[in-house]
Amino acid sequence: MIPQEMFDSLKSAFGEAILEAKPDGVLDPWIKVAPGRMDDIARFLRDTDRFSFDSLMLLSGMDYTKGKLGVVYHLHSLKWNHKIVIKTEVTAENPHVRSVEAVWKTANWHEREAFDMYGIVFDGHPDLRRILMPDDWEGYPLRKDYAVPEYYNGMKVPY
Amino acid sequence: MGLLDQRFENSNIIITSMDSLLNWARLSSLWGMQFGLACCAIEMMATGASHYDTDRFGIFFRGSPRQSDVMIVAGTVTLKMASRIKTLYDQMSEPRYVLSMGSCSNCGGPYWEHGYHVLKGVDRIIPVDVYVPGCPPRPEALIEGLMKLQEKIRSQSLAKKKSA
Repeated sequence: MIPQEMFDSLKSAFGEAILEAKPDGVLDPWIKVAPGRMDDIARFLRDTDRFSFDSLMLLSGMDYTKGKLGVVYHLHSLKWNHKIVIKTEVTAENPHVRSVEAVWKTANWHEREAFDMYGIVFDGHPDLRRILMPDDWEGYPLRKDYAVPEYYNGMKVPY
Repeated sequence: MGLLDQRFENSNIIITSMDSLLNWARLSSLWGMQFGLACCAIEMMATGASHYDTDRFGIFFRGSPRQSDVMIVAGTVTLKMASRIKTLYDQMSEPRYVLSMGSCSNCGGPYWEHGYHVLKGVDRIIPVDVYVPGCPPRPEALIEGLMKLQEKIRSQSLAKKKSA
């Protein structure tokens, strides 16, 4: 299945929630979707036979700067051996995305990492807490506007 | 017959100072804390394994801080780990020694500027006796560091009271 067909098929199923696509180019073809319908779209991509995206290869957080955050999903179908990249964008003031943990269990720790590093909140995640940084850490280190704290628990952080 | 048999014959007396005897015993059985933090730990394991064989110096690793004499801080000390290292150090009984292995635990290493999560030198939380440079140091370098530590122990005195 080629990316343009995937986009048209998704568009007919979800309408407004499918925003735009870039089916050709140097980089992997991608489809941008609305963050509020992410879980429905994910379940559709997994369960519909002609998609059969049974593997979430990677889920990563993004900081596009100027108050925009994002999540990128790299999907692979073992059945059809095709791939697609799904992107979604949120604002830093309201960083809420529907969790896909119920669709792909892989997403559990990946979403926790995106939450830990970027502060993206995944609604519907069963156990959304920091995975790498200590629980009492303040701020989200991989955001572009992150400033390294002067002290952590009495320990000086800068060199 | 061995040399000692000919020289001492029937007597079992050696005259030495208490300090020399105790220090000889201590530096000949430096038991290390068994924990590693990063790639330096791989070199530390190689040092302990048969090829470099620290057992010949009486150095081998113990699973408990209560039984350890020397803590080899082998690798990147993250801020999350730093409080655990402090706890482990506090649990070791005196006299205790710390060997900082590799650039990361010496001064932060490659994380010195942008490592928001890295403690820039383990000596910010616990006192360090020997620093071994390298990224990571080869087993020879670690053995050199351990021998430096042995030299330090040899020059110390347990019998003398510490000045408060």
